[in-house]
Amino acid sequence: MVAGAMRHRMQDVMRRTIAAAWVMLFLVLAQGIADAQVTTRVKESILDNGLKVLLLEEHKAPVVTVNVWYRVGARNEQPGTTGLSHFLEHMMFKGTSKVGPGQFSKIVQKNGGRDNAFTSDDFTGYFETFASDRFELALELEADRIRGLLLDPKEVESEKKVIMEERRTRTEDDPVSALREVMEAVAFQVHPYRQPVIGWMSDLEGLRREDLVRHYNTYYLPNNAMLIVVGDFKSDELLPKIQRVFGAIPRGPEPPKVRAEEPEQHGERRLVLKKVAELPFVFMGYHVPDLKHPDNFALEVLAYILSGGKSARVYKSLVYEKQLALFAGGGYDRESIDPNLFSFYASVMPGKTAEEVERAMTAEIERLKSDLIPNRELEKAKNQIEAGFLLGQDSVFNLARQLAEYEIVAGWRTWEAYLPGIRAVKAEDLQRVAKTYLTPDNQTVAVLIPTKKEKR
Amino acid sequence: MSVNDGQMIASRAARRMRWVGGWLLVLLLLPPLAAAAPLAERQVLENGLTLLVASRRALPIVTINVTVQAGSLWEPEGQAGLANLAALLLTRGTMTRTAAQIDEEVDFIGASLSSSAGRDSSEVDLTLLKKDLPKGLELLADVLLHPAFDEAEIGRKVREIRAALRKRQEDPGEVASEAFNELVFGSHPYGRPLEGTDASLSAITRDAIMRFYRDHYTPERSIITVVGDVEPKEIAQQLRALLKSWPKGKSTGERAGDPKPMQEKPVVKKIDRSVTQANIFLGHQGIRRDNPDFYAVTVMNYILGGGGFSSRLVERIREEKGWAYDIHSYFYPGLERGAFQVGLQTKNETAGAAVGEVLRELRQIRDQGVTDQELADAKAYLTGSFPLRLDTNRKLAGLISTVEYYKIGLDYADRYPKLIEAVTKEEVLRVARAYLWPDRYVLVVVADQAKVALPE
Repeated sequence: MVAGAMRHRMQDVMRRTIAAAWVMLFLVLAQGIADAQVTTRVKESILDNGLKVLLLEEHKAPVVTVNVWYRVGARNEQPGTTGLSHFLEHMMFKGTSKVGPGQFSKIVQKNGGRDNAFTSDDFTGYFETFASDRFELALELEADRIRGLLLDPKEVESEKKVIMEERRTRTEDDPVSALREVMEAVAFQVHPYRQPVIGWMSDLEGLRREDLVRHYNTYYLPNNAMLIVVGDFKSDELLPKIQRVFGAIPRGPEPPKVRAEEPEQHGERRLVLKKVAELPFVFMGYHVPDLKHPDNFALEVLAYILSGGKSARVYKSLVYEKQLALFAGGGYDRESIDPNLFSFYASVMPGKTAEEVERAMTAEIERLKSDLIPNRELEKAKNQIEAGFLLGQDSVFNLARQLAEYEIVAGWRTWEAYLPGIRAVKAEDLQRVAKTYLTPDNQTVAVLIPTKKEKR
Repeated sequence: MSVNDGQMIASRAARRMRWVGGWLLVLLLLPPLAAAAPLAERQVLENGLTLLVASRRALPIVTINVTVQAGSLWEPEGQAGLANLAALLLTRGTMTRTAAQIDEEVDFIGASLSSSAGRDSSEVDLTLLKKDLPKGLELLADVLLHPAFDEAEIGRKVREIRAALRKRQEDPGEVASEAFNELVFGSHPYGRPLEGTDASLSAITRDAIMRFYRDHYTPERSIITVVGDVEPKEIAQQLRALLKSWPKGKSTGERAGDPKPMQEKPVVKKIDRSVTQANIFLGHQGIRRDNPDFYAVTVMNYILGGGGFSSRLVERIREEKGWAYDIHSYFYPGLERGAFQVGLQTKNETAGAAVGEVLRELRQIRDQGVTDQELADAKAYLTGSFPLRLDTNRKLAGLISTVEYYKIGLDYADRYPKLIEAVTKEEVLRVARAYLWPDRYVLVVVADQAKVALPE
C-alpha cells in the first residue's frame, strides 16, 4: 500500500518523470503525432516573492482565462474547523480595501467577463474568463485580494448563513452525496481527506472571523499560490505586466506541511446510511496511490476499462446486461496530493438489492484478477484516453485547470509523462494493480438504505 | 437543443422591429465595410437536409450536432415520453449493429455519440478525433437512418426511465420543478415530464415509436452542424454520400401550439417532504423565441435575476439576507411560450420571507424600471461576453444549430451586440410590466411544511 513518506516518493517520481520525458520524446518522433504535448508551449516564471506564473498562448479563440490557485484546501484543515478553506473562498468576493463587498463579480461582469471559484481537498482556485481585449483587469483584481481581504465581521456572519444553505442543498437534502460524505469519513481514519470540503454543519456554526483571518494569513501568500493565464495573449508583453502587478506583494513564511498519513487498511470497512430516499445506492472505495506513483498509469487505464463509456465493464454488466443498476461506474482519484480512492458507485434498480449490486461489482473486480484484459479492450481504453487528451484541449479553461491540478499535485511538467505512461501499460500491469489494490481488506463499502417516507 | 439560453435569440420579428426604428437603424442594416464572416457555411442538400460547417483547425478534432424537429411538441395526445424514447433508442441498435456493438465501436475510437430529446427538438451529438471521421460518420448515419427499435431494447429503456422517474423523487428541486411546469402549462407538452409518466409509458407501443421516427426524423426537418478540423467542401461530400438515401418525409408535422392561458389568480402548491430546505419555484408563462421583445426581456431579466451576482435577486436574497446559496430567474423562450421562473432554496424557516422578497422585487422592477447604471452594466456584460459563448467547438456548434433552428440568421454574431445596445430603459420597463405577473403566478414550495409560513 501507499502511505509512505511523501518526500521520499517525490524524488523517486522525479527521476521517473525525466525518464518518461525521454520516452515521450521518442514516441512523439516515432509516431509523428502533431503537437499533442501542450506542456512544451508553457512558459514558467517564478517571481521574487515566490509566485509561480504559467503562461500558455492559445490563439484559436479571442478569449483569455486568468486563474489564481492557492495550495490550500480541506486537506489543510483541522477537526472542529472544517470548511474553513471553502468559507474563505466565499469571503474572497466580500471585499478588500479597494474593492467593496460583492463588487468583484460585478466589475468582472460589467467588463463582459465570467468568474467563479472552487475549493477541493487539495486546492482553492479562482478564475476569470474574458474576451482577450480586456482580461488584464483580472490581474489587478486577483493581485489585490491575495493580501487585501477585509473579512468584515458582518459579511462573515451573513456569508456563513449562505454556506449553510449551500450545505443543505448539496449534502443534507441529497442522499447520495450524504452517503459519499460518510463513506470518505470511514475510508480515511487519519488523513484529513476524511473531512468534507464544505465542512461539517456543526463546525460551520462555530467558525469565527479569527479562524478565517488565521487561515488567510497562513495560506494566502504569493509563495503559496500560482497564476495561470491561458488564451489569446502575448507572453512577452504580459509577463512584465504581471511582474508589475504581483511583484510587490511580500512573500510570507512557508505554510505548514500536512503531515498526516493514512495507515494501510487491514480489513473491510462497511457502513450504512439510512435516509429518506427512493432507491438504495452503493459506494465501494479502495485506497490507491496518486499520480506520483508509477502504478498510476495502470490504475488510470483500469478506470477506463471499468467505466469509460457504455462499452466499459461496469456499465455493460450492471446497467445494460443485468439491469441491476440504473447507472453505475467508477473513478480513480489520480490527481490528488496524497493517496486517495479508486471508487465504484451504483444506483440500485427498483426490485433489486444492494447485495446483488455489490456481488456483481465484486465479480467484475475479480474478473480483472483472474483473466488478462484482451488486447482490443486495452487498446480501446488507451484510444479513449488519447482522444480525451486532445478533446480536453478545446477549452482554455480546461487547459488552465489541468495545468493547475498537475502543478498542485506534482509539478505541471508531470503532465508530460501522462500519455507515454498510458501507452506503456500492459495487460499484465492491469492484472497486477487489480490484485494489489482492489482487495477485500482494502475496501470500504457504503450502502444507502432508503427509509420510509414519513410524508408524501 | 437548449431552450434555456436566455440570451440567445433573435428572430424575423426582431428584424421587423428594426425596420420601424427609422433611418439610423436602417443604416445599421447595410453591410458594414468589413462584414464579419457568418457563423458557418450553409447549404441545403437535394433531399432538404440543411448542412452548416464551420472550420476550426487549431486542434485535430470535430464536433457534429444533428438537430431534428422531433421534440415532445410533436407527441400525439396521451403519448408523453414518446419523443424521448425515440431519441434515446436511436443509438440502441440499428439494422446491422446491436446496441453493444455501437457502444464498442464508439468507445474504440475514443468518441462520444449521444442522442436526446427536448421539448422543441431532438438531437444527436458526435465528438471525435479528425482521423476517425470516416468511422464516426458511418456510425452517425447508421443511427440516424437505420435504427432498429428492437422490442428488448425498448423494454430495457422503459424500465430505466421508470426507475429514473422514481429516483427523481429524491431530489426536492426536481419535484418542485415538475409540479411547477404542470401548473403553468397544464397538459401542454411544456407542462409534462419529457420522460412521460408510468401511465403514458405503458401506452407507447413499438409501432408508435416507429411512426414517430418515420414522420419526424426526416432530412428536411433536420440540421447538421459540423465544427472543427474539416474542409467544408470535403465534409459536405462525405455527408452527402452517406445521407443521400435518406428519404424526404410525408408527414404534415403537426404539433402542439400555444399553451392555454393561465388563471387570473395566484396558485400555490405546497408539497410536504422531510427536507432541511424549502425548494421554491415562482413564475408563469413567458415568451416565445420569436417574440420581438426578446432582447429587452434578456436585459431586464439579467438585472432582475439572470445576471448572477450582478442581479437584484442575488443582491437581496443572498448578499443582504444570507437566505440562499442559489437564487436566479430565467425565461425559457421556445417555439412556444416557455416559462418565466424564479428558483431558490432556503431553509424551511425562511421560505415565507424569501417568497415575500421575490414578489417585492418583481413589483419593484415593474413599478420603477431600472437605473441607467444597471442598464449600461447589463448591456456591457451581454455584449462583452459574447465571445465566451463560442470559444469551444461544442459551444459554437450549439450556437450555430440554435441560430439555424430558430431562423435567427448566421450573421447573429454581428447583429447581437447591436440588438442589445438598442434596448432602452423605457423598453425594459415596458417588458417588465408585460411579462412579469406578480399577481397571477404559480408558486410551488417543496418543504417540511410544518416549518414554513408563506405570506398571505
